[in-house]
Amino acid sequence: METVRADVAIIGAGGAGLRAAIALAEADPKLRVALISKVYPMRSHTCAAEGGAAGVIKSDDSLEHHFNDTVGGGDWLCDQDAVEYLVQEAPKELIQLEHWGCPWSREPNGSVAVRPFGGMKKQRTWFAADKSGFHILHTLFQTSLRFPSIERYDEYYATDLIVDDGRCQGFTAIEMRSGQMKRFQAGAVIIAGGGAGRMFPFTTNGAIKTGDGMALAYRAGVPLKDMEFVQYHPTGLPNTGTLLTEACRGEGGILVNKNGRRFLQDYGMGPETPLGKPVFKTMELGPRDRVSQAFWHEQKKGNMLPTKWGDCMLLDMRHLGEKTINERLPLVRDVTTSYLGVDPVTDPVPVRPVVHYMMGGIHTDIRAATPLAGLFAAGECACVSINGANRLGSNSLTELLVFGRRAGLSAAEYVRSARPGNDAALEAKATAAQARIRSLFEKTGGKESTAGLRKEMMATMEQNAGIYRDANGLSEACTKLGELRHRYAEVELNDKTNVYNTDLLQALELGSMLDCAEAVTVSALARTESRGAHQRLDFVERNDTKFLRHSLAFHHPAQPPRVDYCDVVITTSQPGVRDYSGDHK
Amino acid sequence: MSERVVELEVLRYNPETDSEPHFQRYSVSCEEEWVVLDALNKIKETIDPTLSYRWSCHMAVCGSCGMMVNGEPKLACKAFLRTFDGVIRVEPLAHFPIERDLVTVIDDFVMKLKRVKPYLIPKQDKPVSEGEYLQTPAELKKYKQYTLCINCMLCYAACPEYGLIPNYIGPAAIALAHRYNQDSRDGGRDERQEEIAATEGVWDCSFVGACSEVCPEHVDPAGAIQQVKIKSMVDWYKEHLMPWVKK
Repeated sequence: METVRADVAIIGAGGAGLRAAIALAEADPKLRVALISKVYPMRSHTCAAEGGAAGVIKSDDSLEHHFNDTVGGGDWLCDQDAVEYLVQEAPKELIQLEHWGCPWSREPNGSVAVRPFGGMKKQRTWFAADKSGFHILHTLFQTSLRFPSIERYDEYYATDLIVDDGRCQGFTAIEMRSGQMKRFQAGAVIIAGGGAGRMFPFTTNGAIKTGDGMALAYRAGVPLKDMEFVQYHPTGLPNTGTLLTEACRGEGGILVNKNGRRFLQDYGMGPETPLGKPVFKTMELGPRDRVSQAFWHEQKKGNMLPTKWGDCMLLDMRHLGEKTINERLPLVRDVTTSYLGVDPVTDPVPVRPVVHYMMGGIHTDIRAATPLAGLFAAGECACVSINGANRLGSNSLTELLVFGRRAGLSAAEYVRSARPGNDAALEAKATAAQARIRSLFEKTGGKESTAGLRKEMMATMEQNAGIYRDANGLSEACTKLGELRHRYAEVELNDKTNVYNTDLLQALELGSMLDCAEAVTVSALARTESRGAHQRLDFVERNDTKFLRHSLAFHHPAQPPRVDYCDVVITTSQPGVRDYSGDHK
Repeated sequence: MSERVVELEVLRYNPETDSEPHFQRYSVSCEEEWVVLDALNKIKETIDPTLSYRWSCHMAVCGSCGMMVNGEPKLACKAFLRTFDGVIRVEPLAHFPIERDLVTVIDDFVMKLKRVKPYLIPKQDKPVSEGEYLQTPAELKKYKQYTLCINCMLCYAACPEYGLIPNYIGPAAIALAHRYNQDSRDGGRDERQEEIAATEGVWDCSFVGACSEVCPEHVDPAGAIQQVKIKSMVDWYKEHLMPWVKK
């Protein structure tokens, strides 16, 4: 098999992967960096992030405020040492991006502008209109072109990590253009493969977000941490699921039910604030978990607006005026007008909560290292964990920068002392991985289709692992996913050719999603408490005695995952009450 | 919900099994508000899993799904079915080699993008500890529209010059070089000039303006190219006729 040799190989070339690659290139230009992705870097889903990236920059703000907002927002499931590192590195990373050319929006005096965001006590979200993720991604991608040591392998799909001698030493990947399998041999591997929102039918996530990076690590024995915490973003377009950024509310947009009532005040996030004058950490600037949960209750009460795409609330931005909307939310206006035929300048926009982000992911420590030697992870695929039970909006772009860089630096340090691998042993493992893929081509008489199983997986996730959960639904989902795991072995490819075979790609992606989905539901069933984005109708209280711990799901090829737990790191903030009732006590 | 049956005629080509490209007809029931990409996805899920095309975000920002729809370069995720009558013909982006079906080989663009050095070459280096470069909203506005390029390459498919002269560096790459040239923090214009003012650079453009018309993000590459031409002319005059004037 053709072998590509590198010092460090990175899987995923979105925000975290690119940031890691640049950190490596800057740390030591002699290190050969292989950056592989199943898509061209600029297609990565970082491009769809809209609102911005959090980092303390203004004089009335402090690292302590950012820390407290994040830890409380995460319902105390965050590792506080990781959050300390995040908030301390955040401003440096955002300035670094500025130095690389990121077109941040500006104040009249030329300094960087910041906007309010949900769950944040101060204005600290750096933004580039409402295409912040897009600009971060392109700035990183374009900057990466400066470095000759970064060798890109665009449109390569990684299938298996290669672990030998107790450490990760590379992986196999299919070159989409030829269908050929290649072996990547590296002293260290960084996974930056993004989230897994496509397990659900209604999501803001692009087609590529199928949990491949998570599944790679998981199958190699690395646990997936806190997978039961799935974030619903409150404001998705009801038909396509397209994200309407939280900045809509940061700029002053309001949420009303079908009677015109700003219903968040009835769910511990009031009293009502003046129209167009948002107040930090209350009403429409409450955290995403609480706002999505309030929607669920209003829907049960029949207070939502029935539409052909399901019940909706209304996001009213009319009072912001055309000028502000055009300057600050141009993408939002374009998206709602094009895809829904509703202009936010003249009409309220119907929206409903939509699966957006995985708080959980590959278990890493504060150095972005996984328990498997030689394997690092960063970005949405990883759980470090700064998001805890609920991520605050605008912390994820910051996270991929801070921990993308950290993964690069940690890998650079690690490979300095890495021993050379045993070529023959690595080749044998690669050959086994190749045989697994080849068997998919050889299978005949398979009774299952990728599209059919995918549909069933999505339906059970939507039905049973949504905003509110209970033992019955979760058990049903676990059983169903176990059944799908067996039936997956019966999938037969319709396309048995080699060049850009998306039938094969989708079958492999489905395998990744099924693994992630089982980790979600089994971990959710085991967590018999309600915390952050994981709400149990049968266990409504938070239970710190039993569950102030991270869940760890361990993969088993033929059985549901085994769930274990590890302690949360607490430095200064003891678990308390999440209060989003504003200043009006 | 209102549905209608849409007829699509899709270009198929698999280099392993086809000697040349051919069209395949699909009838698929679609929602009124759908885009061409939705129709392709439904075909792939329910009729023909072998159909290959690129897509991801479904919100016109990732730039994956550029293709020719009834002969015009479009993002499939923003080509609304309601705007077409009769059979809709879907082909891979013009001027690029076909890899398979609607998937094109885009190496040429990726290489050209790198050649124009689309990254900030600072006028003066400044450590991160000294904070951000100041840039007023007016300075930002000078280059902002050119930052919006999503690299979808519709402009290359629309550009008659690129079709005739494959070495032409092309609209998006020039617009991105111009984006950095216009940035108040940047001092790298001379370095980029070698690429974009060369024979295969801006001078190949005959100012048809098709690039700007098809751009889904309303970037104006044609405007960028003309501005580069004017500045290059001024450079030439300064260098050859007025050597005493500093650039």
